Amino acid sequence: MKQCLVVDDSRVIRKVARQILEELSFDIAEAGDGQEALDQCRSRMPEAILLDWNMPVMNGIDFLRALRAETNGSQPVVVFCTTENDITHITEAMQAGANEYIMKPFDRDIIEAKFSEVGLV
Amino acid sequence: MTPSDFQFLADLVKQRSGIVLSEEKGYLVDSRLNPVARQNGLADLDELVAKLRVASIGPLADAVLEAMTTNESFFFRDKTPFDNFEKHILPTFAENRATKKLRIWCAAASSGQEPYSLAMLLKEKEGTADAWQADIIGTDISKDILEKAKAGLYSQFEVQRGLPIQLLVKYFKQDGEVWAIDPAIRAKVIYKYFNLLDSFAALGKFDVVFCRNVLIYFDQETKKEIFEKIAKVMPPDGFLLLGASETTIGLTERFKPVKGHRGLYALDGGETTKSVTAPNQMKAAAS
Repeated sequence: MKQCLVVDDSRVIRKVARQILEELSFDIAEAGDGQEALDQCRSRMPEAILLDWNMPVMNGIDFLRALRAETNGSQPVVVFCTTENDITHITEAMQAGANEYIMKPFDRDIIEAKFSEVGLV
Repeated sequence: MTPSDFQFLADLVKQRSGIVLSEEKGYLVDSRLNPVARQNGLADLDELVAKLRVASIGPLADAVLEAMTTNESFFFRDKTPFDNFEKHILPTFAENRATKKLRIWCAAASSGQEPYSLAMLLKEKEGTADAWQADIIGTDISKDILEKAKAGLYSQFEVQRGLPIQLLVKYFKQDGEVWAIDPAIRAKVIYKYFNLLDSFAALGKFDVVFCRNVLIYFDQETKKEIFEKIAKVMPPDGFLLLGASETTIGLTERFKPVKGHRGLYALDGGETTKSVTAPNQMKAAAS
């Protein structure tokens, strides 16, 4: 089973995302900020990461840059999932190595469509 | 609504658009036509039907038809048809045709996502050896939805369903919550009002016909007639693409499924014949 690490400082968002992704047959791990996510990736690199932008301690974009610099850090498919819904942020995320981008609010269809787009489902 | 009123509405919709409203679709009639009644100052569906019985042609009947059409669409919907187009149809034409010109018909264009997806797909090939010059014609029975398609404006929700983020960044401009498609992509599609029940004679020929998720609303006889008409507007090597739950099997002998390509159909004696004869020709050339 593929693992997806859900990185978001909102417990509610993590819970909703977990529910949707479990229905799509993912094993779910959770992190509340970028640093926590990075620590988890160093001990077990997930196949997919659903990533918020604005979080305490380490934000999503800094996490992504740090992840991509890690050994095997290019492996996970990273899908941003954020309220930063402007083209500048989207472009910045793509340049930092994001594979897809979800603009909040999201629903099951959008997550499924985006994960399908990058070959995860 | 009385059974007689329901039957009157079902007959009207079927006659004008081909859409079949079975009795279990009563909820759909209620939810879609109650707003039409209110907008026209009518108390309820009984009054709406009474007025339509007096004048079954005119703005009120048009509004009823508009309301009963389904306009669900999203970019690169179902993905497979676009893979079939890019990885089978275009290479087949490239191998067998002298010129790289195409005429594509999106027969139920809805709000434009399908023709614009094709326009973006072809735009990505410009400047490469795989480039094609294509006319894309999008038609629909709903005038309202065609206006939306022509405008090329989409909500955040709409641009997130099926559209890869790279294409969103490349071909859309953001204005708050609205995403506007690049005028260069918009200009590649011509939209026209068209009713599939009408004669296809004035449409011209199409190398590729996308007719997805529309025939599901029609009865068997109407489907047959439409398949026959589509066959007549295609060259012998043309292709038809249907929705995931649609087929020509059991309805017409004019089209045959292309093996290994779900939802893709070739005219009988067209692509299928080529596939069979090509290896023999190669053998003959080798000997």
